Order: sequence, then C-alpha cells, then structure tokens
Amino acid sequence: MMPGSELPPTLFANAQLVDPVAGTITQGGVLVENGLIADLGPHLSASAVRGGTKIEDCRGLVIIPGLVDLRAFIGEPGEEHRETFRSASEAAAAGGVTTIVMQPNTSPVIDDPAVVDFVLRRARDTGLVNIHPAAALTKGTAGKEMTEFGLLKAAGAVAVTDGDKPVRNAQVMRRALSYAGMIGIPVIHHVEDLDLAGEGVMNEGEFATRLGLPGVPHAAETIMLERDIRLVKLTGGRYHAGLISCRESLDVLRRAKEEGLPVTAGVSINHLTLNETDIGGYRTFLKLSPPLRSEEERLALVEAVASGLIDVIVSDHNPQDVEQKRLPFAEAAPGAIGLETMLSAGLRLVNAGLISLPRLIRAMSSGPASVLGLKAGTLAKGAPADLAILDLDEPWFVDAPQLRSLSKNTPFDEAKLTGRVKMTMVAGKIVHSYR
Amino acid sequence: MSNASFIFPHPHLLGIEGLSRPDIEGLLALAEEEIVLNRQIEKKKSSLRGRTMINLFFENSTRTQASFELAGKRLGADVMNMSVSNSSVKKGETLIDTAITLNAMRPDLIIVRHHAAGAVHLLARKVDCSVINAGDGAHEHPTQALLDALTIRRNKGTIEGLTVAICGDIAHSRVARSNIICLQALGARVRICGPITLLPKGVERYGVEVFTDMRKALKGADIVMMLRLQRERMNGAFVPSMQEYFHYYGLDREKLALAKPDALVMHPGPMNRGVEIASDVADGAQSLIREQVEMGVAVRMAVLEALARRLPNG
Repeated sequence: MMPGSELPPTLFANAQLVDPVAGTITQGGVLVENGLIADLGPHLSASAVRGGTKIEDCRGLVIIPGLVDLRAFIGEPGEEHRETFRSASEAAAAGGVTTIVMQPNTSPVIDDPAVVDFVLRRARDTGLVNIHPAAALTKGTAGKEMTEFGLLKAAGAVAVTDGDKPVRNAQVMRRALSYAGMIGIPVIHHVEDLDLAGEGVMNEGEFATRLGLPGVPHAAETIMLERDIRLVKLTGGRYHAGLISCRESLDVLRRAKEEGLPVTAGVSINHLTLNETDIGGYRTFLKLSPPLRSEEERLALVEAVASGLIDVIVSDHNPQDVEQKRLPFAEAAPGAIGLETMLSAGLRLVNAGLISLPRLIRAMSSGPASVLGLKAGTLAKGAPADLAILDLDEPWFVDAPQLRSLSKNTPFDEAKLTGRVKMTMVAGKIVHSYR
Repeated sequence: MSNASFIFPHPHLLGIEGLSRPDIEGLLALAEEEIVLNRQIEKKKSSLRGRTMINLFFENSTRTQASFELAGKRLGADVMNMSVSNSSVKKGETLIDTAITLNAMRPDLIIVRHHAAGAVHLLARKVDCSVINAGDGAHEHPTQALLDALTIRRNKGTIEGLTVAICGDIAHSRVARSNIICLQALGARVRICGPITLLPKGVERYGVEVFTDMRKALKGADIVMMLRLQRERMNGAFVPSMQEYFHYYGLDREKLALAKPDALVMHPGPMNRGVEIASDVADGAQSLIREQVEMGVAVRMAVLEALARRLPNG
C-alpha cells in the first residue's frame, strides 16, 4: 500500500482493536469502504466479508482511532521555514495523528474570520490530515480585546485561545469566558502568571540553582489556574487548561471537577516522559513552557492521566529553527516538536506499566475530541476511517534529521522507543505507510 | 607530587563542578610557584610563548580581564582583548558565529565572560582550543573560587575544617556557587547567608548551612566572604533599600566581632562600600581583599599553564 492511494473496500483483519471510550482491546477486524468505517468488531473475519474485498492481515498489530492533537504550532502562515501544513501533516501522519488543532500564534495571528478561512483552505489543499484552527482569544493575542468569537466559530474555528500566551487581565478573561459561553465555543488558556514566572526559564529548585538559571515556581501555574476556575464559576464558560505541569494544579483541577464545573485540562507528552534533569548541560531542546518539572511531578501527572483527571495529552508541537535554539539556555526559544513521536513516547508509559493502552489512546483521541466536540477520535461504524495501525513491539531509534518536521528540535533525539506506527489513514486514504 | 608533572585532566576550565580535589590542589600548587615569579623583578616566563590567547568579554569587567591579560603576558602569550562594545555581537552575530570566527584564527586559549549561564559551555563545544570560564551568568566563576581558596590556604595554612560564611546576594552570584563547590571539595564547612529573597531555591541541597540572620551566620566563622549586591536589586525589587540592606547584611565591625577573633574578610570586588561592607572593615587588618587580587593573577597563570600543557605540541 502506498501513501495517498485510494483503497478498494478493505478489511483489516485479525487486529487488536483499541476502543478508547470503552477502555477495551478486542480481537477483530475493521472494514473500510468509501472512506468510512463500514463495520468493525470480532465478527469481521476474511470469510465474513463479501467477495472483492481486499484483505489485509493485521496479525500482531493494533488498530487505534487516529489521534487528535489539541495543541500544535504550525509556522504557516508567516513562518513557513519552521513548519508548513504539509510538513506538519507528514509528521502527524507518521505519528498516527489524524487531526491537529493548530494554535493561532502565526503571522498574521488567526484572530480574524478571513484568516480562519485562509488556513482551512490551505490546510485542505496542502495538508494530509484534518487541520482545525483554534482562533485567538484576544486581538493579536495581545490580551486586551476579545476577537469575534461568533464569526470565528462560524468560519470554522474550534476553540479560542491565545496559544502560548496567557491573558493577564482578569477582567478580559471574565468577559471572554462569559461571551464564549454564550457563543458556545471553548476557551483554552495557557495557565501562567507572567509576573511570577518572571525571567524564569526552568523549574525553580535545586537544578535551576545549580545551573545558575532563574526558575519558574509551581505557583506561577497554579495561581493562574485558580483564578481561571473562579472565573469559570462566575461565568459558566467552557474552559480547558492547555498544559498542566505540577501537583498543586492537579488538586485545583480535581476540586473544580468535583464541583461539576465545565473544566478540562491537558498535559504535554514531554511533561509525562521527561523531567528537569534531562536539561543536563543546558540542552535548549528541553526548554519548554511550562518548564519540565521534577520526577515526582512527572509521576503525579502520569497518574492523573491514568485516573482520567487529566483529559488530554498533547504533543505541544512547537517547531523552532536552529537559530532560535543554538543560543545560551536563557536566550533560546522554548518549545519542542512532538507530532511524530508523541505516541511512541507515550507507549513508554504503557510499557512501564504506568497506564493502560486504551487509557493512553483515550487521552490522545476521544478525550481531546470530546473537549472540543470534534467528530473524531473513535473507531465507530459509519465514522470517517481515520485510524492508525501500530506494531507495539517494534523498537526504533529517533534520529532527528530523519523526522518529517521542517524543524528538528526534538527532545527525544537518539532516544530508543518501542512501538511504531505502521500505517495511518485519513478518511480511508493512506497518508503514511512504513514497512 | 612535583608541580612540573601535574597534569590537569580537562581540556577546558568551565567550572569548579566536575573537578576533583587533586585537580584543585594541583592548580593551587602551581599557583604558589607563580606567586614567587610575580614577586620578582623579572616576571616573565616562556611557557605560553608563541601561544595566542583571546579575552572574549561579553560583559564588562576591568578587573578580571586585566588579571587574565597580565597572567597571559607574564607567561609569554600573545593576548588579544575583545569586548562586546567593539565586537560584531552588537550587529546581531550569534555567540556561535563569534566562536567559529575566532576559532578560525587558531587561538590556543579563549577566556570567556558572558551574561548567560551556560554560554561558555556552548562556546566550548564549537572551538578546538582550550576555553576558560571567566564567569557565565549566575552559574560559575571558577578562577575566582580558586583564587579565594589560594588566599585562604596561604593565610590559614589549610582549608580543611574551616568554617566559611558566604554572605549577600547568593541567588545571582556565580562567585558563591563556585566557592561553595570548591571550598566543600577542600574540606571546609560552608554557610551561606542573605535575605530570603536573595537565597536561591534548593540551595540547601549543596549541603551548606543556610542563614538569614547574619549574626548567627558569622558566629564562630573563620572566613567571612562578602558578595557584591547590584544597586538595581536594592530599590525594592529584592530588598527594600540600601540602608535596610546595610543594617542587616552589611559587614561592619560590630558584626565581624561575632566571628572568630582571627577571622578574615574577603570580597571578590568591586565593592559597594557602605552597602555590603563598611570601609573600615574593607581596609582593616582582617581584610584579605587586596591579597585576593594578587592571588588572582597567580591562579590565572596556573590555569593557563595547566591547560597549555595539554594543548597540541604542549
């Protein structure tokens, strides 16, 4: 099977099917016809389908719904040297991601319905996977004036967020949450108090002190999350905390959920699989926002994904060119690419016995889809055939130059990973195939 | 061990962290020889003859730069000074481009001071010559720690078992970090003291005793090491005012009296007289501040010589 080829009716037989909603893995087949999942389940074997159906034997392989990534930065428009829709979707497809929610921090910023329209057309014409824009929450992501939530939503924006920028002014946030609630569009927020974060460039504590780098305290995140939750209480707006990195924030999140507030939260794959000590001798590819925390925080985050307290795992894919990274640590741009490695890195947690495979997949597929109300992220009869086929046992070695992203700032360079995507399909079309 | 056979096992001097006690003691022993030389009329050696040494200072420093320059010249090296004000960095050239450009001129040693922690490590990875860290952000300033150790050792005979109180702006101080590691490696008990806003998180993990009360920190100390507090940090950002800072953390005769009677006072300079240290203490009988400057040249000569021995054809 070659990428891009139109498939005849095909049965992927003898596979392990992961149902992220039910939390189960069952032996069975998936029948793909006309770009849709025509049928699936244990009853689908080679003898159960009509003649002329192509049979692909998937013995030993796992079929998962295509992953939904709520947080990826793409350089297009404006910084195409970092990443284009094409390169991002090639990276996504290779990583089993079939739906990307792109952040509005482009040039120009996606804060106008015409830009939403442009992005959707470009993505349709040049992309390989589903790309949905999140529009800016405030004009120019300046944190001052609301954008046109209604018109942006009508144009196709799936959420409003200032991406990697927090909204400092609580009054602006209050009104945005109220108005977004009325329009019915979710607000995603980067929970960081910029004053407390100050000049900080890594987790505050012993390691930052030893490296002589200014630190970011946990409270910079937790205080902002607490503020936001009070505003959600006040307004009833649908709210998603983009990235959580520490235990104190988990406590705040738990209380909000127990109160029944419309609050969800995400975590980046980096914060689940790496910690502050990975920065070692000032490795700028591990400079992230929020910063990587301690091992105890990492384990607490993993547990929160396993328990369902955290709803979403994102790649936080943020391509940065060499010039933004080959700098002293404090001066380097934050961010790491992740579309292509998110799933394999996540499998480390499964292989370590910290989380079940369906739970991991849920946080990368049906979980994020339901946060934004996207029709994606499940294997279901009649749904678009967005899926990925994995070999859970295949070992591979991450070689940064080989990754498909135009930028090579991966924190997993030279990492040994186990489990790899063999094939990815979007609406029945093969967008990635690896033999 | 004779000094002539001392082999420093590292290509660069990027920090005290990673040095063993024999590494440090070897450098100090070599420095002792340089002191003898520096006190003669004929102060020149030829151990760096033919070598090119570049002082690359991205941050202004009259004292450290002069100290390195003199050290290089006394060893016979050709010394070139480059400071940020007349370099292409101001025109947008990156640190790495600067490193690659200088490297192409085939220097043997580059001395680097930079305002960003880790910048010297980054540069060292891109050049073929030996690199000496002359201060990177709030990270390390290894030659300062070595010269402080040498000064203490010459006055106290040994560092083993001494109690050293390092006082002031620990959070922003590379001198403090290098000194903590160096003095602990040589067997001292290190105390640190400063207002809570100037103590970095997790500093106790170095195994130091942490104080916010300077009177308690100085009690029974053999050495009182004061740090410079930058004026912009005294205007309410980290401490309320210069006056309040001096009241609680300035070293005056009254506070010094709490230390051992034979306690000695140090300061890496440049001093803010009347802010972190009273003039009469700085100039008093217990002060080693001028001797530190002399030891600075000797220690830098020792480091240059030790690294040059490792260079090709060294």
